[in-house]
Amino acid sequence: MHPFTLERPRDVATAMMLGARGAPATEYIAGGTDMLPLLKDEVLRPERLVAVGAGVLDDRIELGRDGTLRIGAAARMTDVADHEGVGETFPLIAQALLAGASPQVRNMATLGGNLLQRTRCGYFRDVGVVACNKRRPGSGCAAMDGDNRMHAVLGGSDQCIATHASDVAVALVALDARLRLRSLDGERIVALEAFHRVPGDAPQVETVLAPGELIAAIEVPAGAALARRSHYLKVRDRVSFEFALVSAAVALDVEDGRIRMARVAMGGVGTKPWRMPRVEQALAGARCDGTAYRAAAERATDGAVPRGRNGFKLDLMVRTLVRALEIAGGQA
Amino acid sequence: MSPPSVIGQPISRVDGRSKVTGAAKYAAEFDPGPRLGHGVVVTSTIAGGVIATIDTAAAETAAGVVAVLTHRNAPKLPYREHKADVDPEDGERLHVLQDDRVHHHGQPVALVVANTFEQATHGASLVRVTYHEEPALTDFGQAETRAVPPGARREDGGHPGETRRGNADAALAAAAVRVVAEYVIPREQHNPIELHATIAAWEDVTLTLWDKTQWVDNVRDEMAAVFGIPIENVRVVSPFGGGAFGSALRPWPHVTLAAMAARHVDRPVKIVLTRRQMYGSTGYRPHTVQRVALGAERTGRLVALHHEGIAETSTYEQYTESLLDATRLLYSCPNVTTRYRVAPMNVNTPTPMRAPGEASGLFALECAMDELAVALDMDPVQLRVRNDAERDEDADLPFSSRALRECFRVGAERFGWERRDPRPTSMRDTSGRLVGYGCASATYPVSVEAASARVQLLVDGSAIVSSAASDMGPGTYTSMTQVAAETLGLPLHRVTFELGDTRMPTAPVHGGSITMASVGSAVQAACTKARRQAFARAKRPSADLVEVLRQLDYSVDVTVHNEPDDAADHYSMHAFGAVFAEVVVDAALGTVRVPRIVGAYGAGRIINPKTAHSQAIGGMVMGIGMALLEHTVVDARSGRVVNSDLAGYLVPVNADVRDLEAIFVDEHDPHVNPLGVKGVAEITLVGVAAAIANAVHHATGRRVRELPITAEKLV
Repeated sequence: MHPFTLERPRDVATAMMLGARGAPATEYIAGGTDMLPLLKDEVLRPERLVAVGAGVLDDRIELGRDGTLRIGAAARMTDVADHEGVGETFPLIAQALLAGASPQVRNMATLGGNLLQRTRCGYFRDVGVVACNKRRPGSGCAAMDGDNRMHAVLGGSDQCIATHASDVAVALVALDARLRLRSLDGERIVALEAFHRVPGDAPQVETVLAPGELIAAIEVPAGAALARRSHYLKVRDRVSFEFALVSAAVALDVEDGRIRMARVAMGGVGTKPWRMPRVEQALAGARCDGTAYRAAAERATDGAVPRGRNGFKLDLMVRTLVRALEIAGGQA
Repeated sequence: MSPPSVIGQPISRVDGRSKVTGAAKYAAEFDPGPRLGHGVVVTSTIAGGVIATIDTAAAETAAGVVAVLTHRNAPKLPYREHKADVDPEDGERLHVLQDDRVHHHGQPVALVVANTFEQATHGASLVRVTYHEEPALTDFGQAETRAVPPGARREDGGHPGETRRGNADAALAAAAVRVVAEYVIPREQHNPIELHATIAAWEDVTLTLWDKTQWVDNVRDEMAAVFGIPIENVRVVSPFGGGAFGSALRPWPHVTLAAMAARHVDRPVKIVLTRRQMYGSTGYRPHTVQRVALGAERTGRLVALHHEGIAETSTYEQYTESLLDATRLLYSCPNVTTRYRVAPMNVNTPTPMRAPGEASGLFALECAMDELAVALDMDPVQLRVRNDAERDEDADLPFSSRALRECFRVGAERFGWERRDPRPTSMRDTSGRLVGYGCASATYPVSVEAASARVQLLVDGSAIVSSAASDMGPGTYTSMTQVAAETLGLPLHRVTFELGDTRMPTAPVHGGSITMASVGSAVQAACTKARRQAFARAKRPSADLVEVLRQLDYSVDVTVHNEPDDAADHYSMHAFGAVFAEVVVDAALGTVRVPRIVGAYGAGRIINPKTAHSQAIGGMVMGIGMALLEHTVVDARSGRVVNSDLAGYLVPVNADVRDLEAIFVDEHDPHVNPLGVKGVAEITLVGVAAAIANAVHHATGRRVRELPITAEKLV
């Protein structure tokens, strides 16, 4: 582990200042469930580590009168998953949280940190590997022609095909979540879907966060109509404590056996949590039946690029999405 | 009056309290004093070539760093010849930091010693190594074409390149029903939870090592050879093991490094390997490709059996294992050929991993038997029973005992095999998922090695029994306490068993399922002798040993060396078993779950049904991992492991493990050893992956011949 100084700011303004442009190389740490392995493996070598858990950042979970859910960035995964209002109003979020990690990790990890977790790409996480554009810009990508079974088929570039591993981010993207970002310049609101960047030619830049800018809160707009018919389905090698091969977050607004509106996103397949607008369009107005589900699900792979060992994901995406739609929407 | 028998009782672990309270000390936890230095290894990032430059300047000046050892300044060590049972017979162990040559990814190229672990870790990250890289053989597909028969030293009795009984080719050509198939098992890693660790401390010319090992005596012998010092000058201590599964059979380079560094800096040095480093330095189950051809009559009688296997090994040692041994004796068949090849590659040397050889070999054979049952339209249990062997047709010896048929009978009944509809895809659970039942045979040889034990009977009526054995988890402490208490006629609480120190009487390796038979026999013999001595010295006659001991002026102290008898010359000695697995498959998503495994074993006398059952279900859990999850992913372009941590290398978690049941059938074997035990460590892994793969075929109609069985192989 590279030596660093640990800063424990008492307020968020100090935390932001410590990470602002011009400061020594700084990383923020909250629950630390991903940061500590990254530090130990020397994937990250900050000079300064700034602690931003509860006490610095908000950890409250609030359901507004208008139905908006507001989750402070420092809220723990367990607390959000167990929150009664979340379970009732946004079961998709609770399901996705409980499908992720293990109870021990969920007790430590924060929602803000979950959105900012780094990819599980084995070449990224092993500094003994030279070629990783995300870790060492311009060094190449060992995964491109290597072991890419877990890698992305959507949103990749010839520089990087690393998958974003979060489950809850997939559910949040499907539900049109937005982030409140805070910096010394003030606050701005960014749609979660626009928060993560595809790798393009700069895979080392993963989000739109500026230096010293922090996620303050996650907001999910009211979605009562979508709550009852939603499902998060995660397909993985192991029953628990494993990242998705493919996952699907589905929320449907159904009336008289017809889908008025659909919200669909998928995980394990994209370089960021991947919203599926074409699937949503295909579902809008369709009847709740297997034929419609399948026809819509097949749009999920539009533009998908298999890279060798991950080719199976295309077929599995369709199958997973069909199953999630069947569970969420039922058969009319 | 002697107390009631404690052998055969489900006694809870005598060391359980010390383990759960943290009182049990593992290698890295010993404290050799305040001057302890911490060593962190720097490993190679190429698969083959020579070191061009090593820049240690930044590391040497980093805070807390005491020394940086590389091949340029490391002392040249004698490395006298030393071969133990656990070492490959052909080739020579890696001589650590003795030259500039790199043989594989993850080879130690430097060691940084510092005052704290964190300082050493940071120092290690500052060492800059450049290489002259040379072409390296890292692709098994390429290496396979250059595979060679095992070396001459393996041909006599070890794991021969060719064996032949009858004429399998001709019989196969003439057979009414034939099955020919190829099976692939990827490299697998032991991944014990306790990381490999060694603390070395020199005092003048004597060396003490606290080491994670399955064999303290061999660590002593090897270190004495490596450093060219008398065996008496080395002491190795290892009272507890947090799992090993074979990874701690041999001392790996870090053990030598710790001792080398401790002498170099003249203070004790501790090295704890990281999880990542273990993938490149503590061995693994080698990748294998196996081809099996079976020929049978319409009645199911086997008439031809051909089994060949190719496995990876390193360029500097030829690791071989009993991949094809069981094939030659498991079933009755007049025409059998086996062919064994090893493919040297730029990798670190493989090492035995639980049921080395049998676990891999019987995966192939038992899947092929299932394929044959399908081809014959015959029940897989019936097929195995029909081909049960009356004697070992390979060694041409009678079996000392063989309960294969009984295991299939008992196991099938317990499992509910009769509910199986033989047609693939015919069974479903209540939620519509496919259900499959599969079975497989299991076998593992019984060996007994020479061992010694010391018994001290104290005048307070208690006993201390010791042997330089190990307990990596099976419950050696407990089972030996039971054997001693039973033989002495003392209640359990009056007996203490101690192990894991070279100062104790010698014991063989804690591997190959031999501990109970070997050390147990020595303990039994020593206790018999000690008890006799105590009664001989009794001042007043009494039938009670405690009473007798309390009369004595000084304690009884006997050490007995026990040699196995010649039973192995007259009998073929093996444990046998039958494994049944149920799977539930989501056909659309390709996920496989294992709700149930039942294993029935003829493993001789069971000293402690509780710890034996724990060990058996542990084997089954490992079998679930082997079937569905485990896979050390090696990048064929570089030879580097891609998933060298527990996030990337999957083993079963609790949610993957459901109902597991092990049944030990009644078996009295008067030949194997005086205790009548066969060992249960290895056999409980054997056959599990095959039973699961066969159940997957039954559920889905898909025959997956390459492990692990993952979603993409089923959708």
